[in-house]
Amino acid sequence: MSRFVPNGPAQREKMLRAIGAAKFEDLLEPVPEKFRLKEKLQLPEPLSEFELTCEFEEFARKNTGADLVCFMGAGAYDHFIPAAADHILLRSEFYTAYTPYQAEVSQGTLQAIFEYQTMIARLTGMDMANASMYDGASAAAEACLMAMRITRKQKILVAGSLNPGWLEVIRTYLKRDDFEISEIPYLDDGTLDLAIASELIKDGAAAAILVQYPNYFGLIEDLQPVADLIHEHKGLFIVAADPVALPLLRSPGDAGADIVAGEGQSMGIPMSYGGPYIGFMAARMKLARKMPGRIIGRTTDRAGQTGYVLTLQTREQHIRRNKATSNICSNQALMALANVIYLSLMGEKGFREISSQCYHKSHYLEKKLLEIPGVSRIFGNTPFFREFAISFPVSSIELRDRMIEHGFLAGIPVVELGEGAMLVTVTEKRTRDEIDRYIGAAAQVCRGGSA
Amino acid sequence: MKTVFELSSPGRMGVSLPELDVPAAPDLPAGLSRGSEGKTGLPEATEGQVLRHYVNLSTMNHHVDKGMYPLGSCTMKYNPKLHENLARIRGLSGIHPLVPPALAAGSLELMYRLGEFLCEITGFEGVSLQPAAGAQGEFCGLMLIKSYHESRGEPNRNEILMPDSAHGTNPATATLADCIVVGVESNEFGLVDPDDLRRKVGPNTAAFMLTNPNTLGLFESRIEELTSIVHEAGGLNYMDGANMNALLGIAKPGEMGFDVCHLNLHKTFSTPHGGGGPGSGPVACIEELAAFLPDPAVILEDDGGYKLCRKQNSFGRLLAFHANTGVLYKAYAYIRTLGAAGLREVSEIALINANYLKAKLGDYFDNPFDNGPCMHEFVLSGDRQAEQGVKTLDIAKRLLDYGFHAPTVYFPLIVHEALMIEPTETESLEDLDSFIEAMISIAEEAEEKPYLVTDAPVNTPVLRLDEVKAVKDLCIVEPVRSVGQAPGEGENL
Ligand SMILES: Cc1ncc(COP(=O)(O)O)c(C=O)c1O
Repeated sequence: MSRFVPNGPAQREKMLRAIGAAKFEDLLEPVPEKFRLKEKLQLPEPLSEFELTCEFEEFARKNTGADLVCFMGAGAYDHFIPAAADHILLRSEFYTAYTPYQAEVSQGTLQAIFEYQTMIARLTGMDMANASMYDGASAAAEACLMAMRITRKQKILVAGSLNPGWLEVIRTYLKRDDFEISEIPYLDDGTLDLAIASELIKDGAAAAILVQYPNYFGLIEDLQPVADLIHEHKGLFIVAADPVALPLLRSPGDAGADIVAGEGQSMGIPMSYGGPYIGFMAARMKLARKMPGRIIGRTTDRAGQTGYVLTLQTREQHIRRNKATSNICSNQALMALANVIYLSLMGEKGFREISSQCYHKSHYLEKKLLEIPGVSRIFGNTPFFREFAISFPVSSIELRDRMIEHGFLAGIPVVELGEGAMLVTVTEKRTRDEIDRYIGAAAQVCRGGSA
Repeated sequence: MKTVFELSSPGRMGVSLPELDVPAAPDLPAGLSRGSEGKTGLPEATEGQVLRHYVNLSTMNHHVDKGMYPLGSCTMKYNPKLHENLARIRGLSGIHPLVPPALAAGSLELMYRLGEFLCEITGFEGVSLQPAAGAQGEFCGLMLIKSYHESRGEPNRNEILMPDSAHGTNPATATLADCIVVGVESNEFGLVDPDDLRRKVGPNTAAFMLTNPNTLGLFESRIEELTSIVHEAGGLNYMDGANMNALLGIAKPGEMGFDVCHLNLHKTFSTPHGGGGPGSGPVACIEELAAFLPDPAVILEDDGGYKLCRKQNSFGRLLAFHANTGVLYKAYAYIRTLGAAGLREVSEIALINANYLKAKLGDYFDNPFDNGPCMHEFVLSGDRQAEQGVKTLDIAKRLLDYGFHAPTVYFPLIVHEALMIEPTETESLEDLDSFIEAMISIAEEAEEKPYLVTDAPVNTPVLRLDEVKAVKDLCIVEPVRSVGQAPGEGENL
């Protein structure tokens, strides 16, 4: 008997008697004899709590990448998480509950998510937000589908400076003969080529333009001209925004975005080898009824007290079935809670400070790297946030591997931009000492490694 | 309760951050900047205030650690505490997804082995751990099926057959995958009618999508006949494995004629639901479909190392990174803790618990499909009570007063006033008996004092909430108020 199953032989017998079955096998009567397994599953022998802990510690030891100083980004970031956050996430009340279908016994989850929606809306400068999508990439894909539903057009223009993994997810979600995705190239300074965008948009067939903000290379685009362009042609403007940049940047809503989608991992969620993360999606109020995903609304109970419920449910699969705005059911609710606690702890000032330290520290590293002979900028003087693409005089793959020996995850090689091109990220967690050591090690590799 | 925004007072902070230790860079150009006054509208509160706020909110939730949660189709079983610790070990939680695979050998080994376990449990050869939840697993499965038909020169196959009892994600997924839903009727026993299936299959059949045990908690006894009908018509069979808690070590989908299935790790394999997610919906499939699995797949190399690679004919990618990895860690831990005998015990007791409840409640509630044993869950109808003016919704709300979560209600759609009950194997006989007592007493109340039921709940943090008003007077974000403004005067940002 495992430690999870309280009904042993004594209870079993009593219950089978009440059911009117002589033995367990009688309950399998509906399962044709030939499909009933005769043999045990081929699985390793069970482990005790202690043995399992040892096995996991061994897995953790084999993840040597976790001990290196992380300068990698491209959609997952090594940010500081206040200790208090996990204490809330580990409350059984939150993590062992299901989707809040019975609102009267789910007010904790519901109100927390209402607060999450509010924070996302405020950060992005939009009117409302949902709660939630699987990750940033699938949120961006759902935003494209939403724009196509609203405009009844079947073409999406995507900035070529979008994270390539996200583009792949969008291509998967939009894989249909009648859907078209066109990439808008970027200029030498890494910003969108508006001249080509104006050409591509002339036929009026585009449901939306999607721009990442900051883009894959960390560059900050002026959104306003893009917004004006797409609005002139009766399409929607989708911004894939990084929330950590938003305390510093003009909000997408202010710059004309209609839908904002993005990844919330940076706000209190560990990197955890790729997930679970959370996709957020915010929009103008008039688009709320076309949104995918859960939305929480405020209402009152029979005594007039304030309370919260799942709302606008007629958009969803359990009611609208094949006409639903999305097939999403389980989402990333606990990660929304992680975001809301993180943002509450950081608050107005703390989150701005995080954002600003990412900005200054990444600029410090970039400036110092440029002092190494042969290192150069790739996108000129275009403003960037937390992440930048830079060219080394050695192969970036070699640099990455050599930097591992020095204790660094140096960045992500982007060979499309050149053999020495690397995408480097600096979060607020990187100390001046770590950054200076990174510079020293990189200089050494560049000196010795030009062969 | 007040919102977190109402705790705010300028200058408060809930974290302490180090001083900036590098020289400051020039400011962003004004046109790109939010400006020094550009507020984000986040609250300003201390650590203690924030903690108290969310702890107080949490106390208003029902949850598995507090009491029984017989929510049908959702498999609300106990979530082992150890697993929360394991997933948080720094080497596993603190690793970037794009490190070279050799530096993530531990996570990759775990993922590879979990994939093998899931293949063994389902009887399939190929697996992807990428889908983030059941619905994304369904999408993955249909994309595999579409790719398969296209590779055989049959791109026209775009019809997905499914019974009228299907979960809402099934038809919604078919639409997402650019397919057409074709309904198949259930017979008087609540099982798919093979004759109707025979009528509906044809040259455009892409797949038959079936939950087994189905959403009535019944095993589709004629499964071999059903899957053969589809195969003979050139279609494939997809199993929605949300109900796999009934079949662990008992039967394998891969042996029943299914070609692909998804599993809900956040149901069957005890990873917590987190108030609505994160989940994980791995997909397992036959060899012929494995070439199309999403990018990346975890591969074991000859030298014993693991790597991530793109399958040659992969249909694409579902998430930016590999998977909801943190959830995979917990599912792996569960399977390692239980082993083959433990998993079989899970399903045996899940079946016994469900049949016990069904037997004990049969005299008090209608059971339209009671033709023998159920599997891990069953569906009652509140029709008898409805005649007394007590709806299933009222029964659900009254259960909250008795300290239980309600069953799933009004699903599946083929049962009137449906109450779908799934106790899971982690409930003790004593707790099941308390639930039975509560249900019986509600049935009696419905006859004798119906107002007790229709007025419910009364013992909950709030009384029955007005969902119609929530839609009509839509309020989905907290309005921004400046100090001194009365509620309602503010404007949205
Ligand atoms: C039968 C069935 N299919 C599919 C799903 C969808 O799974 P998920 O919520 O993980 O997307 C569910 C869960 O609610 C279900 O019960």
